[in-house]
Amino acid sequence: MNRLQQLFQNKKKDILSIYYTAGYPNLTNTLQIAEALEKAGADFLEIGFPYSDPIADGPVIQGSSKQALDNGMTLHLLFEQLKDLRKTVTIPILLMGYVNVVLQFGVDNFCKACAEVGVDGCIIPDLPMYEYEELYRPAFEENGISNIFLVTPQTSEERIRKIDNLSNAFIYLLSSAATTGKNLDVSANARTYFSRIKDMKLNNPLMIGFGISDKQTFDAANEYASGAIIGSAFVKSLANGDVEENVKTFMKEFRD
Amino acid sequence: MNYFVNERGYYGDFGGAYIPEMLYPNVEELRQQYLSIIHEESFQQEFKALLKDYVGRPSPLYLAKRLSEKYGANIFLKREDLNHTGAHKINNTIGQILLAERLGKKRIIAETGAGQHGVATATVCALRGLECVVYMGEVDIKRQAPNVARMKMLGAKVVPATSGSKTLKDATNEAMRDWINNPIDTHYIIGSVVGPHPYPDMVSIFQSVISEETKKQLLEQTGKDQPDYVMACVGGGSNAAGMFYHFINDENVKLIAVEAAGKGVSSGFSAATTLLGKEGVLHGSRSILMQTPDGQVVEPHSVSAGLDYPGIGPQHAHLFKTGRGQYVSITDDESLNAGLLLTQLEGIIPAIESAHALAYLEYMKFKGGENVVVCLSGRGDKDMETYMKHFGL
Repeated sequence: MNRLQQLFQNKKKDILSIYYTAGYPNLTNTLQIAEALEKAGADFLEIGFPYSDPIADGPVIQGSSKQALDNGMTLHLLFEQLKDLRKTVTIPILLMGYVNVVLQFGVDNFCKACAEVGVDGCIIPDLPMYEYEELYRPAFEENGISNIFLVTPQTSEERIRKIDNLSNAFIYLLSSAATTGKNLDVSANARTYFSRIKDMKLNNPLMIGFGISDKQTFDAANEYASGAIIGSAFVKSLANGDVEENVKTFMKEFRD
Repeated sequence: MNYFVNERGYYGDFGGAYIPEMLYPNVEELRQQYLSIIHEESFQQEFKALLKDYVGRPSPLYLAKRLSEKYGANIFLKREDLNHTGAHKINNTIGQILLAERLGKKRIIAETGAGQHGVATATVCALRGLECVVYMGEVDIKRQAPNVARMKMLGAKVVPATSGSKTLKDATNEAMRDWINNPIDTHYIIGSVVGPHPYPDMVSIFQSVISEETKKQLLEQTGKDQPDYVMACVGGGSNAAGMFYHFINDENVKLIAVEAAGKGVSSGFSAATTLLGKEGVLHGSRSILMQTPDGQVVEPHSVSAGLDYPGIGPQHAHLFKTGRGQYVSITDDESLNAGLLLTQLEGIIPAIESAHALAYLEYMKFKGGENVVVCLSGRGDKDMETYMKHFGL
């Protein structure tokens, strides 16, 4: 059982996950932000490795990705920065990024490197389920790396069941079919969709992401899932000033 | 060897649908329905009637006599430049708009580089009364002003892509983001044989009219329906895919695809994807693309905006890897010279894209008497400023 699976076994509600882009705002901030977030009460983290063409992302994460690349971030460098991760950070860590970067690194090498530094899982939005199942699943499982799948309001029930069978940590429920950084739609439609998924009584716990930006949207998400994931809103808060102060200020709203 | 798509959407090692879950329902709907819709009799009737009466097909297959004399072979030009809107792009947009209507879509989005595909999309949207949004790199909007004006006059909204290099690749990213955010009522008309399955197959089917006509025309003019060579330029590769389509399984016909070398293959300013690229995933399919060792997509360069793309369609990657097609490249200067040569020998001003294919004739070793078809994919009106600047006209 990896740290991520353990977390979901121990905690059923109010789980807060934070996304940020490695190498942003400065190249060397990666580990410092992880430490500060754990201290401020985040339950687990998603560290993005940047890609030049992030089609699932809105302007904020496009911007942080571009800045990180301009700063010189690469996947090799990220693993180097995370070498001593487990000396100071105990909460589960996921890596998130696009498939081409992983393919160039080599899927086997990627999973091994994750296991070596103590990363627990990953989210690769443009890695299709079929290719994962047919080609890459053994590499993930041999290294104890959980692969996280996304579900949107348009995902069919049959497909959600299949995703549930392939998942071993949690399912990432998108608040709406949208790129990152939009506001959470807490309309009746969204609530019907969240309830529908909740009522499917899936094996895996749910985390809601995309459009979670403050305590109100976080609480709304918590009604239907084990917790929620914040990305763009946090990345935005890092733009100016001291990184550790920014983390503290941002997290205050959620963990007082 | 199978050179066409298999049921999983792959051409050998290439293709597939590498898309985030948000796009899955759209792409899956298309995958399930595109073949049955295209094969409906009513679809075929409407498609063929529009190609004939609206686009002006069949486009002529013209034996270029003076060019033939110069090179010592029978050079035939497939005149896609004479199509309505000035290029082969309209074959695909007619097909896709009819498909979108049958899927009940109300809103059309597209990406464009030089603006040819954008104009072809805006044209069919005007024709059918559908809302049209075209994403175009901010840099391209500045260098292709006449096409921007045409799209606007046709009623399309032209949205600048301001991310990344602000060119075709980024316009494609923005169009995909739009589709993610509008999953129900919108159809994305991709302009080339790129993108997730079924786009490469679908676009090549709509463009295959080029080689279908060529076979008939060759039979009438030469007594045989197969040439010795077919040649076409490749950016994403849609005119080449259409030009090759009905010749791919005839191994006696040599397929020559001409990429843009830009300022030279090793200059750092090039779009010669098969030479400079590696296998990877771009815009939803596994193919060959120009990238750093870390997997970041590299900015290409070509004088021709239509070839200024860091990838190629997955079928081209397969034809290249299996050796079925010969992939070569031509520099900016060589292509401009070939454009001038065609103009002065035959009275035809070609698009700089198409001039790349013509330029490779200089490197061909003909014995004499071979039949060669070059796809003249577009006309050069849009490129006059570049020609004038280069030649000091």
